[in-house]
Formats: sequence, structure tokens, C-alpha cells
Amino acid sequence: MDEIVAEFVKRTILKIPMAEMTTILKAWDFLSENQLQTINFRKRKESLVHDLVMLCEEKHASVNDAALLDIIYTQFHQHQKIWDVFQMTKEPGEDIDLFDMKQFKSSFKKILQRALKNVSVTFRDTEENAVWIRIAWGTQYKKPNQYKPTYVVYYSQTPYVFISSSRLRSSIPLLGQALTVASKHHRIVKMDFRSRYLDSLKAIVFKQYNQTFETHNASTPLQERNLELDINMDSRIIHENIIEKDRVQRVTQEIFGDSPQPRLEFAQYKLETKFKSDLNRGILAERKEPLRCLVKFSSPNLLEALKSLAPAGIADAPLSPLLTCIPQKRMNYFKIKDK
Amino acid sequence: MSVLRPQDQLPGLNAATILLVGKEDALLQRLADSMLREDCASSLKVHLAHSLPLPSDVNRPRIDLIVFVINLHSKYSLQNVEESLRHVDATFFLGKVGFLVTGAGRDSHCSVHRSTVLKLARAYRSPLLFCDLEVEGFRVSMAQRLVRMLQVCAGHVPGVSALSLLSLLRSSENPCLEDL
Repeated sequence: MDEIVAEFVKRTILKIPMAEMTTILKAWDFLSENQLQTINFRKRKESLVHDLVMLCEEKHASVNDAALLDIIYTQFHQHQKIWDVFQMTKEPGEDIDLFDMKQFKSSFKKILQRALKNVSVTFRDTEENAVWIRIAWGTQYKKPNQYKPTYVVYYSQTPYVFISSSRLRSSIPLLGQALTVASKHHRIVKMDFRSRYLDSLKAIVFKQYNQTFETHNASTPLQERNLELDINMDSRIIHENIIEKDRVQRVTQEIFGDSPQPRLEFAQYKLETKFKSDLNRGILAERKEPLRCLVKFSSPNLLEALKSLAPAGIADAPLSPLLTCIPQKRMNYFKIKDK
Repeated sequence: MSVLRPQDQLPGLNAATILLVGKEDALLQRLADSMLREDCASSLKVHLAHSLPLPSDVNRPRIDLIVFVINLHSKYSLQNVEESLRHVDATFFLGKVGFLVTGAGRDSHCSVHRSTVLKLARAYRSPLLFCDLEVEGFRVSMAQRLVRMLQVCAGHVPGVSALSLLSLLRSSENPCLEDL
């Protein structure tokens, strides 16, 4: 192992928290059971890492092996990256070919290597016909930088790709081209949909969470709920607006469904609309140009927070469609202009 | 009837009814629970409403005290109270209305200015009470206070009427010369 690879292996292992060390090393499957048994996992981290690097040296670990470990680490720590969603489209007349994973991988790698002499590409298959791709970018003259890779998660039976956002803007067009050509699509478009929680993005894009079910006996659940309220409450407390409360619950349930919402952290609205005011004309109201402003909603779980607004009495039900359309439109970055 | 009037009905025997008006159910519910836990010679009833006017087809006892609950964190709750005030007859404001403001403790979350609610209370000549309803200790002492006010407004305290209580409360705050 040359110095660069040794350093890369060491830094990758060092990232792994002690509690996850055995799990991740087992998933990596590079060091054998016997080798792992010779290690004392109760040592201090630095000396443990040193021992592990020695073992990797014995087995002649390559850049690819270390990159695979990096993928596994990232799979365990998906929320450390911000993921963008991209959608690929085919030409209208094109045939639907059967997807061949091997051919996709070799084609993808070839396209990148032809364009940039120095690039390292690593693949890891996961369930649901998905593949994780790790790309470390270099140039014609520089070796790939292993510490700023881009991760791509491609679900081969769908036109959707999830890409970790990186500072290297220049690499995105090439990456897009490689993905479209290798998967036999025509175009790739970036959706305005971004989050740290890859699972939530997946759930919304693939519509995997329960939305609403049509029930014919919509009246009975309501009565049951009323009974429950009466039993728990003091009979000296009278709610004057029970009908309104039920309406709010019903509307909220129709819009958001019963099951827990997928987790998003923000929604951003870029407004380029003219300033409207109820009060007398001020300076701002007389402007012809649109007032540019940015509204950002942040929350540990944005959709759950929106769902609880009307029942908590903080907003009217139904909520503004700009807020409730996030899962349907698969967007959380909006640009709003006057019609 | 879309306007609440204090003398619309005959009082019930030993009954005292308070109406809490506010959009945030959870807070009102907790305040109601705290009030009902107080020892009180009168038989208390608490009505919770989101806004006025109240639904008209319901049989309800005479309302002795209305407390409008405003959350400083939410302009929506202030708007709601301002609109509801239009459905209250002027004679109610002779000591049978109060404003309860919550959320003043967390200044960074406040989107309604304290002076706005002060002006509102002054405009309607009614007492303004501050209490952080989320903190149990404050809520319990506010509940005690409200129960005493309710008893006075229902006429259960001999020698003190709602109107005299109102003038007592006012002189303990800053006398507002501009009101004269």
C-alpha cells in the first residue's frame, strides 16, 4: 500500500464511531473473521485504527477497497450529506430496453474515465435494484481527491437518481451525462427537492408512505372520537366548537393522511411578486418591480409540523396549498412569480 | 343571537360559568383543568370556544365572565380575538370581560408587541392579565385568580360586584389620565 492509500484507509477507518466499528467492518467483508479476532476492540481508538491499518496492509488493500469502506460508512451516516433528487427522461419514441446492471456500470465508468483521466469510481449494490456509486474527482494532471467524493444512488427500475450535493459544481454536468448515457436515457433534470434524509426523499418520490384511503364509513370514526373525548374530560368543561374541531381534524387527515410524515428539514420560497399591502399605500406598494424576498421554513420534521398547525389552533384549515403541495409536487424549493 | 349579552338569561342556582375564548385548544384545556381543581363553593362550568359568535342552537347557562386568551407568539390569535370582540355586547365590558396574555416569557418568539395588547385592553376598559400558561405554577395561580374573579362576576361574593372589582383592579395599575 503506498502512502496515499494508507492515509486514505486510515482516515476512513478513523471516521467510524467505536460503537459501529464491528458492524461496519463486517459489512465491508475485506478483513477475514480470523484477522478481526486478533484485534482487541477495547483499545483506545488510535491504537485500534493503527492495528486495523496494519491488517489492511497485510492484505494489500487498494484504493477501491478503501472506497468501498467509505461507501458503507456513508450508507450508515446518510444524514451527513445533503441529497438532491434528479429525474431522467427518455425520448418519447425510444424503446424500453431491459436494464443490465453490469453494462450500466462499465459504460458509466468508461464515460468518466474518457473525459477525465483521473477519476476513481466504486460501486456497491443494495436491495431494491439500487446501486451506490462513489466518485472521487481528479483532473488530467491531478490524482483524484479522495476526501471530497460525490455519492450517487440510482434505483435502476426508476428514472430517479439521488446525488449528494458537493461544492464541485463543474463535475455535475459530466456526471449527468454519464448517468443518462449509461442508463440509456435522454435527459437528466434536477428537481427542486433536497434533504438530508434520503429515506424521506425516497418515500415521497416513490410514493411509499400511506396517504389517504377512501373510507365509506367516515361518520363512525368521528362518533367514536367524540365518545373518547367525553370520557376523558371533566363534564364541567364544554367545548363550544366541537363541529369546527372535527372539521379541522378531518381536513388535516384528508390532506396529510394518518401515517407519520416523511422527514424534511426545510422548505424555501423565493418570492418575486409585487408587494401587496392592506394598509394605505406606502413606499413599497408603489413600486412596479417585484419585491424579492426569501421565506424559509425550517423544522426538525417539517411535514409533521405543518400537519399539527391547524389542530393546534395556530393556522386555519385547510393550509395554504403552497405548503401542502410539497409531497405531491416533490419539491421543497419554490420560485413564486406573479401570474 | 350572534351577540352575547350578560343579562340574557336568569342565573342558575349557585352556578358560575366562565367562557374562555382562544384558538389554542391545548392551552385552554389545561387552564380549564386547573380552574376546576380549585376548591370553590360555587358550582363552576368552563366553556371553551375558538371564537365568537357561539353556535346559536345550543342551550347554555348564563355566562358570567369572558376571558379572551391571546398568545403573543401568534398574530393569528390576536386577530381572532379582535374579530370575536365584535360579537360581545357593550354591557359585558362592565367588569365581565378580561384579557389573558400568554407567551410573554419567550421574547424572541413574540410576534405581537406587548403595547398592542395593552392598547386593546385599555380600549375595552378591561383588565389585562399576563400568564405563561405553559408553566404549571403560573397557570395554577392564574386559575385561582380567575376563579375568584368568576365568583365576583357571578355575584357570589357579598358586597363586591363585577363593576366594583373592575374599578379596584384599575386603580392598582397605572392610572391612565389620557382615558379621561
